[in-house]
Amino acid sequence: MEASQFKSDQYVRFCPGCGDHAICMALQKAMAQTGIPTHQVAVISGIGCSSRMPHYLNTYGFNTIHGRGGAIATGVKTSHPELTVWQMSGDGDCLAIGGNHFIHEIRRNVDLNVCMFNNRIYGLTKGQYSPTSPKGFVSKSSPFGTVERPFVPAELVLGARGTFFARTLDVDVPTTVDCLVAAQQHKGCSIVECLVNCVIFNNGTHAWIADREQRAEHSIILKHGEKMIFGKNNDKGLAISFQPSDLSLQLIVVPADDERVLVHDAHRQDPTLHRLLALMGQERNLEVMANGEKQEDESQLPIALGVIRDVEAETYDQAVNRQIAEVRGKAKAQNFDQLTATLEQWTSRSAIGSL
Amino acid sequence: MKNIVVRFCGDSGDGMQLTGNMFAQLAAEMGNEISTLPDFPAEIRAPQGTLGGVSAFQVELGHEVYTSGDKADVVVAMNAAALKVCTLGSHFNHPQAHFDEEFSLYHRHAIVIVDTDSLSDKDLEKAQFHTSNPFEELGIPETVQIVPVALTTLTKEALKPSAVSHQPSEKAESSFNLDNKAVLKCRNMFALGLIYWLFDEPMEKAIHLLEEKFKKKPALVAPNTKVMVDGYNYGQNLALNVQQVHIEEPSAISHQNSAESSYTSIAGNKATAWGLIAAAEKAGKRLFLGSYPITPATDILHELAARKDMNVMAIQAEDEIAGVCTAIGAAFAGDLACTSTSGPGLSLKSEAIGLAVMAELPLVVIDVQRGGPSTGLPTKTEQTDLLQALYGRNGECPAVVIAASSSANCFDFAYEACRIALENMTPVILMTDTYLANGTALWRIPKLAELPEIKPQGVPEELKGHYNPALRDERGVRYWAFPGMEGYEHRNIGLERDATRGTISTNPENHEQMVLARKHKIEQIADRIPDLKVMKAHGEQRMDECLLVGWGSTEGHLHAAANELGCDLAQFNYICPLPKNTHEVLSRYQRIIVCELNTGQFAAYLRSQFPDIQIEQYNEIQGQPFAVERIVNFVKSIVD
Repeated sequence: MEASQFKSDQYVRFCPGCGDHAICMALQKAMAQTGIPTHQVAVISGIGCSSRMPHYLNTYGFNTIHGRGGAIATGVKTSHPELTVWQMSGDGDCLAIGGNHFIHEIRRNVDLNVCMFNNRIYGLTKGQYSPTSPKGFVSKSSPFGTVERPFVPAELVLGARGTFFARTLDVDVPTTVDCLVAAQQHKGCSIVECLVNCVIFNNGTHAWIADREQRAEHSIILKHGEKMIFGKNNDKGLAISFQPSDLSLQLIVVPADDERVLVHDAHRQDPTLHRLLALMGQERNLEVMANGEKQEDESQLPIALGVIRDVEAETYDQAVNRQIAEVRGKAKAQNFDQLTATLEQWTSRSAIGSL
Repeated sequence: MKNIVVRFCGDSGDGMQLTGNMFAQLAAEMGNEISTLPDFPAEIRAPQGTLGGVSAFQVELGHEVYTSGDKADVVVAMNAAALKVCTLGSHFNHPQAHFDEEFSLYHRHAIVIVDTDSLSDKDLEKAQFHTSNPFEELGIPETVQIVPVALTTLTKEALKPSAVSHQPSEKAESSFNLDNKAVLKCRNMFALGLIYWLFDEPMEKAIHLLEEKFKKKPALVAPNTKVMVDGYNYGQNLALNVQQVHIEEPSAISHQNSAESSYTSIAGNKATAWGLIAAAEKAGKRLFLGSYPITPATDILHELAARKDMNVMAIQAEDEIAGVCTAIGAAFAGDLACTSTSGPGLSLKSEAIGLAVMAELPLVVIDVQRGGPSTGLPTKTEQTDLLQALYGRNGECPAVVIAASSSANCFDFAYEACRIALENMTPVILMTDTYLANGTALWRIPKLAELPEIKPQGVPEELKGHYNPALRDERGVRYWAFPGMEGYEHRNIGLERDATRGTISTNPENHEQMVLARKHKIEQIADRIPDLKVMKAHGEQRMDECLLVGWGSTEGHLHAAANELGCDLAQFNYICPLPKNTHEVLSRYQRIIVCELNTGQFAAYLRSQFPDIQIEQYNEIQGQPFAVERIVNFVKSIVD
């Protein structure tokens, strides 16, 4: 199928320069690549800039209410597991007002493809801090800097026993398409954290890696089965280090030709290494320094992009439907009249006037 | 006697609900109409023997039973606390309170069976008695017939190995082997046997019923049967100094129309769940329930979670909001979608119900009302969510509101809620309450074929390739296309949509047009609901200028009150929209008295709809169903 088949007739109204344009394009490409016909696809969203996405996709779509996209998508997918269901959400919609639905869709492993657009700001309400804004971040609702500790979305996903986590960057369309295709192919709740720039209210929030000059040095694109190598000259690799003195397990940067360089295994059930990979470089986003600069990260670890975790587990929608089929297969009563026949009943001679 | 009210009361752990239910079911099988009222504390297990831990079950049986009864004619009190609570009613906590017919839960001429083994000093102390003679302390008048029975001793006696050996015919009894605690748990069956004797019920049927009830615990069948039969024989052999009770046969006229029908007794919540199941099958839709546990609605979730054999998908969501939202997702995907809750949950679901109004999706919301506001009285009944159901959403947000008026017709109105939702693409809020939900009534079991047609809204073939979610039929109901249908892809929204293209619109005239279109869609439903019927009082019309008005669960009480007063009754099941002849009916009467269990919500609604009609009101807000007597007294006091 062609990406154009997934374009709706609606004029795309994201701000000029917004990272959402690139994700929209990547979504259309990824949907074409997976080849599911438009009428078998439902795209559910809540409220926020990113939640406008269904309007631009020529599939079934439902732009709902703030934070509830996850619960509504759960209803669509569970009742109709034959559909491919996407959820479009942002760091506010997903992690603040919709936080409860977010952790529970992950815990239940509902087979949804969730794009979580993280620009670390509330755009549609015009510039308030979000649950992923670094501590100290100055915004309209935090004129003296926030005093809140932010979420690292990956930690939340793994804490809710997530089976799939990928991270991508608006300006890296090929990686975004790869992540979205992988999310669609994964059976279970797939979370794709899309790092997007808000050109109006939080411009440059991901500049550390979005900047073309720096990207190769500051990020690594993980691919299952491939060595973890990065750097402008592909000269760096990642290895694991265990310090017996303080029982710490950490990732370290080593030369690319070092025999300790790890091979990425996204399918490993044990999340320990996935967590270490997902958290690389996240300290930079936890707190703004007094001088406005981001915190320096001494480890020199790159931010991980690509599919970090992709493991198998039964999905909620499958399990619910399987149980119904099993019970129904064994049931003597299968329709209403047969059901009422199982009741303790009698033929009454009494008056029924009042009934 | 025509009708009799029996009240079983004891400690939460005494099995009063089971005992009462068994008695009510046998009474129904023997041809009585029944109406039951379980009345239990909110705590799962309050400290044993205390006033807070008293659990009760009341049933009225006989013919033309409208309610579970104001006051009991026969009481079983299993301990001192139960005796105190049923004697003093709501005044049980007042120091030095005495029997007062206004508050007592039984009549001045009632029979009160008391377990004398449960009146030790320790028991009396737990129930906050100050003397060793509870009867005197409570000031129970001599007209009340106290029947002291050593229930505990007699139960122990019944299950003693030596007692068993006297009955060689019943082999199973040699294997009783119960510890002391298990023996005491059988006390309620002794009381039940005694009551069966009092009502001269046939023991074979009673034993059969007991076997059914204990089907899953076969080891308990033999000892409980033994105790129950001993209780019955105790009444008969020892010739308790009590007259047996005989309920009059119904008159010959009322035998008509009842041939070939099968009956069962059913609780309101179960009837509600089954109404949804029947509607789904009739409509050819999958039934989806998204719900979150909340008293007193949870039994609907329980029942539907167990009905996978009927292809029901029942989801226990992470919260009330997710309950309604998963249902909205299922409706978007083409299912018959429902959510069940009580008042606090309805508050949480408000925004999402607004989404279903805006997106014009079929959705059934069941509100089993309880005492409010906030957590309020979770196990008690009230009609205080009406205005919330009608108006409790942001924006101009009309939805259909209907109410069931008996435990049995919860089935019909759950079915009707589905029919209206599917045919009109709208949320429908079905109001029931604790009284209906937990109470049981005789239910004539219908066949699917005899239930009304349900034709879910569809979409014409010629719209394929040109469909959008704003397109409506001639009634003003939008067409329903859902994922999986090729050529009808569209984007639905909670934002305002363009009236012709279905896309986002902020145009001022368009918004007004859409507000009116959604309003009109609800109003036109009045064309396809039944007219309001006036129930005529039996016998003499002494107050023909007077109309009692109620809605929902108060039907039984108001019917009985209207009969006694000799005036007419209009009981509303359809609230929004109202039946088309409402104004015409109301304008026929000089005095209209709206009776409801709130401070006057339906009265206020009627006044807003019909400003020219003079409306008076009678209200109770005590977490209890109406007492017929109080309604009668009130109406007499204002009319005379």
